[in-house]
Amino acid sequence: MPRIESPEELVKVREEILSRRDPNKPCISICAGSGCLASGAGEVIEAFKKEIEAQGLTAEVDTKGTGCPGFCQRGPVVVIYPEEICYLGVKPEDVPEIVSQTIKEKKVVERLLYEDPATGEKATLESEIPFYKYQERINISTNIKLDPQSLEDYLAIGGYSALAKSLFEMTPESVLEEVKKSNLRGRGGAGFPAGIKWEGSRNAPDPVKYVLVNADEGDPGAFMDRALLEGNPHSILEGLAIGAYAIGAHEGYIYVRQEYPLAVKNVSIAIKEAEEYGFLGKNILGSGFDFVVKVHQGAGAFVCGESTALMTALEGRAGEPRPKYIRSNIKGLWEKPTVLNNVETWANVPLIINKGADWFTQLGTEGSKGTKIFSLVGKINNTGLVEVPMGMTLRDIIYKIGGGIPGGKKFKAVQTGGPSGGCLPEELLDLPVGFDELTKAGSMMGSGGMIVLDEDTCMVDVARYFLNFLTDESCGKCVPCREGIRQMLKILTNITQGKGKEGDIELLEELAEVTQVAALCALGKSAPNPVLSTLKYFREEYEAHIKEKRCPALSCKELIAFYIDPDKCGACTACSRKCPSEAIIGGKNKIHIIDQEKCTKCGTCFEVCPPRFAAVKKISGEPVPPPIPEEARTITRGGKS
Amino acid sequence: MSEILLEIDGRQVEASPDMTVLQAAQKLGIKIPTLCHHEKLEPYGACRLCMVEVESRGSTKLVVSCVYPVENNLVVRTRSEKVDKVRKMILELLLAHAPDSRDLQRYAQEYGADKNRFEKEPSFCIHCGLCVRYCAEVKKKHAIGFIDRGTHREINFIQEIASKECWNCKECFPLCPTEALQAAYVLSGALVSSLPIFK
Amino acid sequence: MDMERVDQIIEKHNSEPSSLIQILLDIQSENRWLPKEALERISEKLQVPLTRIQQIATFYKAFSLVPKGRHGIHICMGTACHVRGAQRVLDTVEELTGIKPGETDADLKFSLETVNCLGCCALGPVMEIDGEIHGNMTPAETAETLKKYE
Repeated sequence: MPRIESPEELVKVREEILSRRDPNKPCISICAGSGCLASGAGEVIEAFKKEIEAQGLTAEVDTKGTGCPGFCQRGPVVVIYPEEICYLGVKPEDVPEIVSQTIKEKKVVERLLYEDPATGEKATLESEIPFYKYQERINISTNIKLDPQSLEDYLAIGGYSALAKSLFEMTPESVLEEVKKSNLRGRGGAGFPAGIKWEGSRNAPDPVKYVLVNADEGDPGAFMDRALLEGNPHSILEGLAIGAYAIGAHEGYIYVRQEYPLAVKNVSIAIKEAEEYGFLGKNILGSGFDFVVKVHQGAGAFVCGESTALMTALEGRAGEPRPKYIRSNIKGLWEKPTVLNNVETWANVPLIINKGADWFTQLGTEGSKGTKIFSLVGKINNTGLVEVPMGMTLRDIIYKIGGGIPGGKKFKAVQTGGPSGGCLPEELLDLPVGFDELTKAGSMMGSGGMIVLDEDTCMVDVARYFLNFLTDESCGKCVPCREGIRQMLKILTNITQGKGKEGDIELLEELAEVTQVAALCALGKSAPNPVLSTLKYFREEYEAHIKEKRCPALSCKELIAFYIDPDKCGACTACSRKCPSEAIIGGKNKIHIIDQEKCTKCGTCFEVCPPRFAAVKKISGEPVPPPIPEEARTITRGGKS
Repeated sequence: MSEILLEIDGRQVEASPDMTVLQAAQKLGIKIPTLCHHEKLEPYGACRLCMVEVESRGSTKLVVSCVYPVENNLVVRTRSEKVDKVRKMILELLLAHAPDSRDLQRYAQEYGADKNRFEKEPSFCIHCGLCVRYCAEVKKKHAIGFIDRGTHREINFIQEIASKECWNCKECFPLCPTEALQAAYVLSGALVSSLPIFK
Repeated sequence: MDMERVDQIIEKHNSEPSSLIQILLDIQSENRWLPKEALERISEKLQVPLTRIQQIATFYKAFSLVPKGRHGIHICMGTACHVRGAQRVLDTVEELTGIKPGETDADLKFSLETVNCLGCCALGPVMEIDGEIHGNMTPAETAETLKKYE
């Protein structure tokens, strides 16, 4: 492909691509995102290719591995165009039936459709599935339509037209104005307005400037940036190039964690292709504007998601944050003005340029415009990525889209904002999600992790979990973060192990307060949030652990015990056979007893005990009843002797 | 360059634009406690002991004076209830590691810090980085560096370099607010015979 | 590791000191650990102090300064996996292999690591061995899975 030298040529190339494509030609799109690949999508793709060839349909049907559409829970996801029939949980053995029925006969394979768990009603089309129906997918809906390694696919849906518009119909100032007008706020954490950040860099006197993509998505349980970068890398490159034009940068970096090998691969291919076509490099589309992009892989350090640490890492050093009294948009990478935005923020830029700030601001709330992608995970029926307009309530996201809590369990809390965020209780389920609303409630938007917790989750343990994560991930440079987190973790660990004492809660609060004001970077300053928010909403759980040595959620290992109710035990031997520590004394027709000395409290017995007996009990805060005497353990028909 | 006028503890001071609040305070003879600061080294901002309260454009916040640049009309308070609370806690956290450090004890007395507040974990090193930075920035020898991260962070001699350079230098020893540095050196010496042991 | 190969990797990155982390990543992925000689070679070629290389090699989790076992076990400790019982999976693996996260057993059979999130939250708790994802793990299934590796 020769370079495209003008916007007119770009239009021609697009028309030419579309002229080669028949919109009525069947296309089988299979999600090849990391989540579906882990559920076996690779084998499904292979099976489709083989079957299509075997049936001699290669010329009539397209097959492509695409980016992630978000419904990870039911992967591998397959969508068949032009009808948009959506099949879920597809296995290689389903493939011949799909090809012979749906492709050849135009019939739907009922058993692979989404079925509403309550009504049993089936949904044929992607758009009819409740998980998708309530979303507003301005970014992520594109993923399933694209082969992420094909620039032609991106051009076919209008790709790089926003860049052409910026370069030829707009000035850098008017691009900046449009982004400012859209009130696009950073999707990576703090929600700083992107336009204002850009303006600062643009106005900075230094002529050398940089634009960076923060794809160091380290929040455990969050993978929306990975899905965008894996699934639609050109949209990020296009946004970045537009941003570079607006602020006057000629060099950009994508900082992506090496734990995302597919994202690294797809974005590297995209850069190469974009350079060949002339969307990156010298004299882009004949406009005279030069811009190059490089990929830098992170080597495994959560703190590098912090802007100054990321820049230090890009310079080839250990990712320690720098004191930030001069903002990095004025003095950042190599001391030059640097705009750093996260993947999702950049992805929104081409949409804003193409459709206008007025279109964008129609979505969302007063303070938070547009949509946000959340990674909805944990104790939830529909795990996956959901993109909703800002302002949707937590309740709607969790119940309408997420399908509620599995196993009939009770909702306890939702954790947002990753390790810097907090846990919100049931009373706040009607809170509309937005940057300011979440912060006010003691949590934060963060990059969009949303972890649902049910009644079995111990809130002290959740706080301990995040602090444990942070002791490992703190860079260790400043005292309040390194030592404050260490001491908070010690106290929390003691509490979860039944060694909590009077005054622990107050000491936690004091440590939290000092860490918040005195730590060097955002990681340290926000580290106490998981502690403070759980103390705010679930203080009674802390007190139960400390005063009664009881874990109300029956989760903390040191505070619980497993016990077999002798009146209920059916002597089925399921538990004694499965127990990995051989801690169950039993035998045929013998009531089973748990040897508390040997028990590692893994919970296997509790899980395998058949519901008709439900004999294994989890207890906390009370002594384990003594085992019944040996002679009373034999079960005889009709009763016990 | 034009001078900058600011107020520290109620007193006016003129400072050059490249100065930090700590330097401006020192000009007035006002003492702000520090552990990781050294005049020959780049500001580091790690111990956070030198936090002060500043009032700028109507808002009050705590900042680290060894890094914070002076600005016109800035109002600085080097002691306040908030400042003292932070300093006390920082000292208590560090005393758990180096209970016998004379620098820490002296400050602890001033701020009422309790050296037994947190369970002792005597690692001695308080990670001020003076040795690492002095060796790199002033001596340009890079014989000692940091390894690992978070609570596992430690100082570590590169034995091949240390065996050549350290014996005749040892300029970092008096900088160390604890005895950790000498201990690390002795330990490295015990591990490699080529490193002359400090006597 | 062959020093010629180390030189090639350094040259691939134009001997740029700012590419230090990328060079170390390349060596790590090819050799599965960072031998001391390689670090010294990089220090010499890039004119970067060894202290900085050592700090980087110990700061970032991707690097190892010791040889790794034949099979790499990664237990996902992400939040979604944590609330679905990742700790129980880790406990089981620790008990069966006798090693803790960050360690390699004496026979160089297994290396155990915890990771923050593998992004397969729908399958949690997740254990990855040699790049293969094992989802919805229970302690019993974990034990079964480990038996398959020689």
